[in-house]
Amino acid sequence: MEKLVEIRWHGRGGQGAKTAALLFADAALNSGKYVQAFPEYGPERTGAPVASFDRLSTKPIMLHSGVTNPDVVVVLDPTLTDSVDVTEGVLEDGIIIINTAKSPAEIKRELNITGNIRVFTLDASTISKETIGREIPNTPMLGALIKVTGILDFKEMLEDTKKKLEKKFKSKPEIVEGNLKAIERAFNEVRSQ
Amino acid sequence: MTVTKSNIVAKTGNEAMAEAMRQINPDVVAAYPITPATEVVQIFASFIADGLVDTEFVPVESEHSAMSACIGASAAGGRAMTGTSSQGLALMAEMLYIAAGLRLPIVMADVNRTLSGPLNIHCDHSDTMMVKDSGWIQIFSENAQEAYDNMLQAVRIAETARLPVIVTTDGFIISHGMERIEILDDDEVKKFVGVYTPKHYLLDFDNLITLGALDLPDYYFEHKRQEIEAMINSKSIIADIGKEFQTKFGRGYELFETYRLDDAEAAIVAMGSTAGTIKVVVDDLRSKGKKVGLLKPRVYRPFPKEEIADALKDVKIIAVMDRSDSMNAQEGPVCLEVKAAIYDASTSLSIDPEHGRRVDKAKFRPILNYIYGLGGREIRLDDIEFIYNELFDALKGTDKERVNYLGVRE
Repeated sequence: MEKLVEIRWHGRGGQGAKTAALLFADAALNSGKYVQAFPEYGPERTGAPVASFDRLSTKPIMLHSGVTNPDVVVVLDPTLTDSVDVTEGVLEDGIIIINTAKSPAEIKRELNITGNIRVFTLDASTISKETIGREIPNTPMLGALIKVTGILDFKEMLEDTKKKLEKKFKSKPEIVEGNLKAIERAFNEVRSQ
Repeated sequence: MTVTKSNIVAKTGNEAMAEAMRQINPDVVAAYPITPATEVVQIFASFIADGLVDTEFVPVESEHSAMSACIGASAAGGRAMTGTSSQGLALMAEMLYIAAGLRLPIVMADVNRTLSGPLNIHCDHSDTMMVKDSGWIQIFSENAQEAYDNMLQAVRIAETARLPVIVTTDGFIISHGMERIEILDDDEVKKFVGVYTPKHYLLDFDNLITLGALDLPDYYFEHKRQEIEAMINSKSIIADIGKEFQTKFGRGYELFETYRLDDAEAAIVAMGSTAGTIKVVVDDLRSKGKKVGLLKPRVYRPFPKEEIADALKDVKIIAVMDRSDSMNAQEGPVCLEVKAAIYDASTSLSIDPEHGRRVDKAKFRPILNYIYGLGGREIRLDDIEFIYNELFDALKGTDKERVNYLGVRE
């Protein structure tokens, strides 16, 4: 990973796009990378489209402008594609990962994605409902992101997330368990085109 | 310092500043919340709640009161800190002059946000610039690491110079952006900041003093002159503490930073987070053979004018970027300082009876001013490249505007 990797997360306010970006950066940091994670600050409200970003590199990151040409786009909410152009600025050999029950081929057709952009899909909403008990697609999408990009070591990341969740949810071990299961399922169930 | 994995953490600028405050463990923190600085004192308040610090927190009803409480605490002999932004800093303005005039070493985190109106919560430097003449030392941070390091140094600087210090970060860009930073061990910080032993303080009952008394025309000027002298002297204090920090912890700090400036033909002068973005462009243009460089003032007050003029003496042309406007129908506040510095470095103070005023024409260089990023307007790599291209254009003989408004629709 010599070059800078830039990731854009799309979600709706309250879905955890910011948290996912922060979690991912923190996991990358623990694997020795230089990181940045930041949300886009607009008129954010619950349910409104929001975006957040990650930058990862093996070298110190000095850049402090927004991400315009991401290597990877992660979409937490499939209904966003009606109102937000999630493909905007994606690099020609970039990756798009969408939370949907549809196949990558269907998404490619719907969003009119051509060229070398690779599309992956994951039914993260269903997975999170079955494992965590609530629709929180951000943690399973984290698993999909790591599988698809290979940027981080999956086992290391899982350990790291476990530690963090255990600290945050001391009195609720079932939440920790559910989240870890969600990430593992995502890792195995993400579909490529 | 030995860097271990536990010293490397991912923190936002606000978290980094709060962490520095935890390690400093001040006697009093008085603050009122305001976006985007709220987290600094909110996180710090949680440290108090968790028993991690001994600080007395004063939850006041306004920023004016926050600064007033800090003044009281500092005058009493305590280490006092606060954090604010934008309108909050504006509301403090009256008390800022009093804190400096009373020579109280208060340290404040200010997250740079534009001043209303129109109402806007995003970054520019207009809030800090509004109080540039208040007698506070002003230190700008490029990233979360510098914000953390500057906060630690600020305590020492303030208490040595006996002047209050503002440490700034760029709102949202740094305050809410998470980055990799290296933190020091609590013990190292404790040793570095030391124990505050004020020379004079109100609660010293063996040596009673009066503070804040009426100072009439017979002595006010002398007292103000001492404050000015303290600001002049603070330059070497800041430089020395930056060197000490480097010796102890490996990260060096000077009054300003230069980046690939040595043989540069075209230089940009810029403060805050944009300096990082400029470094990326400098590296890119250098790889294409273009001689470009950056000068990033870290300390805006006191302004290191001789040192900056000297660092820029060999460049052929300069662009100064200002993230605020002085509304003076001429240049922005950083550009005016750089121009004054270069004017003074290029002219003698006496008149030669035969030849008139001695002017070193070679030292006069074209200086373009770019007002940018007001109200959080995004600044991108190509904006910076555009400025360097304009400078090279001017070097080829094309006349440019003195003051330019980067990326604005007109």
